Amino acid sequence: MVIGLSHYLVVAAMLFIIGVFGIFVNRKNVIVILMCVELILLAVNINFVAFSAHMPVMPGVNPIDGQIFALFILTVAAAEAAVGLAILVVYFRNRGNIQVEDADLMKG
Amino acid sequence: MIAAIAFYILASVAVGAAFMVVASRNPVHSVMFLILTFFSAAGLFILMGAEFLALLLIMVYVGAVAVLFLFVVMMLDVDFVELKKGFLSFAPIGGIVAAILLLQMIALGAAYFMDGGRPLVAPDATMTNLEAFGAVLYTKYAGAFEAAGFVLLVAMIGAIVLTLRDREGVRRQSAVDQMARTREDGVELVDIEPGQGLG
Repeated sequence: MVIGLSHYLVVAAMLFIIGVFGIFVNRKNVIVILMCVELILLAVNINFVAFSAHMPVMPGVNPIDGQIFALFILTVAAAEAAVGLAILVVYFRNRGNIQVEDADLMKG
Repeated sequence: MIAAIAFYILASVAVGAAFMVVASRNPVHSVMFLILTFFSAAGLFILMGAEFLALLLIMVYVGAVAVLFLFVVMMLDVDFVELKKGFLSFAPIGGIVAAILLLQMIALGAAYFMDGGRPLVAPDATMTNLEAFGAVLYTKYAGAFEAAGFVLLVAMIGAIVLTLRDREGVRRQSAVDQMARTREDGVELVDIEPGQGLG
């Protein structure tokens, strides 16, 4: 039994869908929403690495490029988590809770 | 065969832990399951031959991001039971969106990958994964690499600026004020009559 590209894509798709589902279900808890965003980014990373690892050999194309992009996604995800959690801390300091539904100052 | 067994174990653990991130009532448990998800994903990366990214995933996510999440969860004194109320009321709409996404992905996958699993292309045996990374990262993608470093710098400064605050009523040591004191500021010579106090 050969584990191929489609197997990894299915795993990534399931992680992605769980992440989106989590954003919809946890409408109140910002921390879990941020974790779901991390899950979605992980799914994207798995896709990148899977396509990179299963690329057929072609002249002039380096299969490692996909993994390089996964590295950059990792960087951006880390930066996003840091800034997002900092915003969360400041919000908690000002409002005393982190309920998403109470964040309606801008009447959006 | 062993690779297939490892794949199925790692994939099922990753998906199950990801679901528990969403479903668990305690956010601390959510963070722990997030760590488990990333560990399993790192295992999948190793199966695909991307050892460097796998180790990086563990270092960056388990070492930094998950600890950051844990820190914030524990620092914020939030009533998490209150936050979980209405969990089920949003489940139908979330389920509908998830089902639509799943159908779209299945349709796309069925259209493109009808030939079943493709065999793994053997990676270039002359180079390790790390060497292949370095050969490209600092040459072809040098600009993007610099930009990634800049993104991290901006995120670091942003997080510090956001969370830094001047608190009132805190007594701090001020070296400048201490150095600027003269003898006249600090010492007073008083002649006291014998037998009398100062007051």
